[in-house]
Amino acid sequence: MIKEMVTGKEKAHVKFVLNGEPAEVAFAPHKTLLEVLREDLGLMGTKHGCELGECGTCTVLVNGRSILSCLMLGLDAEGQEVKTIEGMAEGAQLHPLQETFADTGAAQCGYCSPGFLLVAEELLKKNSNPSRDVIREALSGNLCRCTGYIKIYEAVELAAARMRGEEMELPRASIYGCE
Amino acid sequence: MAKNGNNNGKPLKVVGKPFRKVDARAKCTGQTKFADDIVLPRMLFCKILRTHLPHALIKNIDVSKAIALPGVIAVITGKDLPIPYGILPVSQDEHALCIDKVRFIGDPVAAVAAIDEDIAFDAMNLIEVEYEPLNTISSIEEAVIIDEPRIHEYGDEGNIHKKVSLEFGNVEDGFAEADLIREDTFFYEGNTHLPMEQHAAVGNFDPDKKLTLWSSTQTPHYVHRALAKVLELPASHIRVIATPNGGAFGGKSDPFNHEVVVCKLAIITGRPVKVTLTREEVFYCHRGRHPVLMHIKTGVKKDGAITGMHFQSFLDGGAYGSYGVASTFYTGALQTVTYDVPRYKFQGLRAFTNKPPCGPKRGHGTPQPRYALEVQLDKIAEQLKLDPAAMRRANLVKPDTVTANYLRIGSMGLGQCIDKVVAGSDWKNKFSGWDQNNRKLPFGKGIGIACSSYICGAGLPIYWNNMPQSGVQLRLDRQGGVCVMCGSTDIGQGSDSILAYIVAEVLGIDPFDIRVVTADTDLTPVDLGSYSSRVTLMTGNAAIQAAERARELLVMAVAEKLSVPIENIALAERRAFDVENPEVGVSFAEAVVLAESKFGTIGTVGSYSPPRSPGKYKGAGVGPSPAYSYSAAIAEVDVDPDTGIVVVERIWIAHDIGKSINPMLVMGQVEGSVYMGLGEILMEEMAYRANRNVVHKFPSMLEYKSPTTMEMCDVKTYLIEDPDPNGPYGAKEVGQGPLLPVPPAVANAVYDAVGVRIDEVPITPEKVLKALKEKAKGRDGRYGPDTVPSVEWPEPLRVLTPAEGGDGKEMPRVVH
Repeated sequence: MIKEMVTGKEKAHVKFVLNGEPAEVAFAPHKTLLEVLREDLGLMGTKHGCELGECGTCTVLVNGRSILSCLMLGLDAEGQEVKTIEGMAEGAQLHPLQETFADTGAAQCGYCSPGFLLVAEELLKKNSNPSRDVIREALSGNLCRCTGYIKIYEAVELAAARMRGEEMELPRASIYGCE
Repeated sequence: MAKNGNNNGKPLKVVGKPFRKVDARAKCTGQTKFADDIVLPRMLFCKILRTHLPHALIKNIDVSKAIALPGVIAVITGKDLPIPYGILPVSQDEHALCIDKVRFIGDPVAAVAAIDEDIAFDAMNLIEVEYEPLNTISSIEEAVIIDEPRIHEYGDEGNIHKKVSLEFGNVEDGFAEADLIREDTFFYEGNTHLPMEQHAAVGNFDPDKKLTLWSSTQTPHYVHRALAKVLELPASHIRVIATPNGGAFGGKSDPFNHEVVVCKLAIITGRPVKVTLTREEVFYCHRGRHPVLMHIKTGVKKDGAITGMHFQSFLDGGAYGSYGVASTFYTGALQTVTYDVPRYKFQGLRAFTNKPPCGPKRGHGTPQPRYALEVQLDKIAEQLKLDPAAMRRANLVKPDTVTANYLRIGSMGLGQCIDKVVAGSDWKNKFSGWDQNNRKLPFGKGIGIACSSYICGAGLPIYWNNMPQSGVQLRLDRQGGVCVMCGSTDIGQGSDSILAYIVAEVLGIDPFDIRVVTADTDLTPVDLGSYSSRVTLMTGNAAIQAAERARELLVMAVAEKLSVPIENIALAERRAFDVENPEVGVSFAEAVVLAESKFGTIGTVGSYSPPRSPGKYKGAGVGPSPAYSYSAAIAEVDVDPDTGIVVVERIWIAHDIGKSINPMLVMGQVEGSVYMGLGEILMEEMAYRANRNVVHKFPSMLEYKSPTTMEMCDVKTYLIEDPDPNGPYGAKEVGQGPLLPVPPAVANAVYDAVGVRIDEVPITPEKVLKALKEKAKGRDGRYGPDTVPSVEWPEPLRVLTPAEGGDGKEMPRVVH
């Protein structure tokens, strides 16, 4: 069995749309989408924390829906639209969520940030003015060990307001503490 | 020149402002290169075989089937790496691959390098190891009474790694003066860092025979030293680059076996070799919070003033030394820096057990004793019928004093911290006042307070030397470019940004004009690493010195050019100009050209060494710090008496930061610390089962419970700015201290809510229910340990306190 793998068991050939561009890739058929993205397509922005569907770090959007790329076979990407963190900015123009994550310090170590950003993007597409509780629930499948989630909520709220065209800044207490 | 950048009263332009982090865009676009993101041509993949037995002799290892597998390039075992290492000079007890013995489930025994990870995995499973199982040691209690088999051949005795006994003043005299003496026993379960990024490392041995290691480590300098020792290479031929850490929290601060292994495999194969640990392996790497059993005896006057304290701690160290000797001292060091403790006795014991090794986790060795101390103070306040917030407030240690165990207190903002959280939480209208019949909140709702303190950098390095603990090098070029180089490691806390902010402040430029190069032992001067909350204070001071020296050169050159006195030249807004005629000046880049023309290539250095500690006794090395941060927290909880489920609704926390270099980042550290403390008090535990309790119960993220967004509470943060003379611009630490008051504040709030004491962390629903049932039966409504092992302690090392005229040295031992 091992020999077969080394001597070249047939690879899967898959075509899909990746960050709005056509992608074609060959890989060992047992590979997850996470592995295909990182190892065969060189897109290292998608991270891994457990590879068992527990932490949300590997989240990508497939046809606009957030999925755990560690639980999806690369084979199943055939013909789908896959969006990773690398496809979130419009050229050099960051997505408003990326701007507010940077502004508020919602990305501390930054390892879980790609997953949180994509889930938040999905949320704001569905709901342009989510309450704190709705945000909390939407992000509940993603673990962050650095922030205590609070700066992430604030970043999502700030981005949502700006995407609605409202001028909004973080409350002073979020930056300097309560009076 | 401004000492520690007090800026001579000039307004600060960068320091104190909520700038973005210098690496924020990369982190929000997925472009930050973590260790596992590194791919090099012809790179091999490594898997490490870890033993499934908790304690056994290795009789034979047969790698023949593994090496024969096509695609396998190399297989190594312990014989290939015979030299031991360890983070502390006194605990050089690890081998990269075990040679003749394994000590816990997960101990590494062999490693494979293959052309892909699947082949490496299959080859790993073809390695045959013959073991002779040994009896196991699974707990502190067992380690104390079972001497054989010894897990290690070194240590104080049997399976006791370390025993310490210190007495400052005569603690019995203190108890004799007391109006009330309380004795309590507590247990704080171990837990782990759980960084989102699994450890990864890439080794490369280049054709010029220089070795490079990229690794997710918090301590590249210490890894550098360990590699030189184990690989028998000149340190000058080794380069260690710490990649940005995807979370660390102390869990990436030991030199690790996988780091040594990929280097060895790279040397053997002549190809780059990468290893990425699975989440399960990360649980076995551990080095997390020690489980600690504690006994605390405290004497107090009627007003709650402490007259003496005797603290005993028993640490379950797991299978290796790691930082354990330091951890042991830390469980006894910082009791004295929050409230005045005039006489103090500490006895600590660390046991070896056949479990993953414990080490430093956020707060290193201090959350456990802080929990015991703060819950006991709550019990004392009840007995004395005092308000627990007011009692604490009345007995604070004084600023600019030296404690009984010779820790020098500088600035001390805890009083303000307590005032803030008491007012913010509306404490007076919520706390029961120890009167269950006249509750202000309904039964089931409660509020509790706790305070804490933490070091801003360990006063001493891990290995003895007289060199600075932190170095910064600055390079200015004729294009106006500024590069700041420092060995510090950004683990997400923002240490790279702190360097840029401080240099920008001194040179009058924008922080985003600066290139920051860090954590590369070839390019950057040594900084000891991201541990002990040392980085902002130490690298910050070194950066100020380097930048002031550069500033001086610029100012001299510009003053000469403008023919104005040196003291008239200011650097601000990317310009150097005459303060009396601000329009007369040059751009920053022109200033560098003038300086380079006058002095030659412009490079400056800065370094920082902490002040010497007044403590000179054996054991005085743990605890001293240039400054201490302070925190106070109040937790409000909702306890369901039917299910025992504790919901923490809100935490008010005030942190004495000295001065925020960047308040936004400070807030993030406070909130993250509250979160981690909440996880520890409510759910996180490194628990073991089966095989005499040495099999990890749940080495996965699903079953090792940590707070999601749904469990995280609301946080109201207050920052107290009381600048410390030893901090850069007065800054103190924030990365660790704010975790400390959270567990005891929650425990005290649970008592206020339902009247039961949970003297064991974490406070799970089962424990709450058991205590409630006991209480309903008319018994003590308490859950927790009752006894500690009976141990023969060594005669304490006696030190006269400063108040007794002591000189910081131990007294000569009396020979009976």
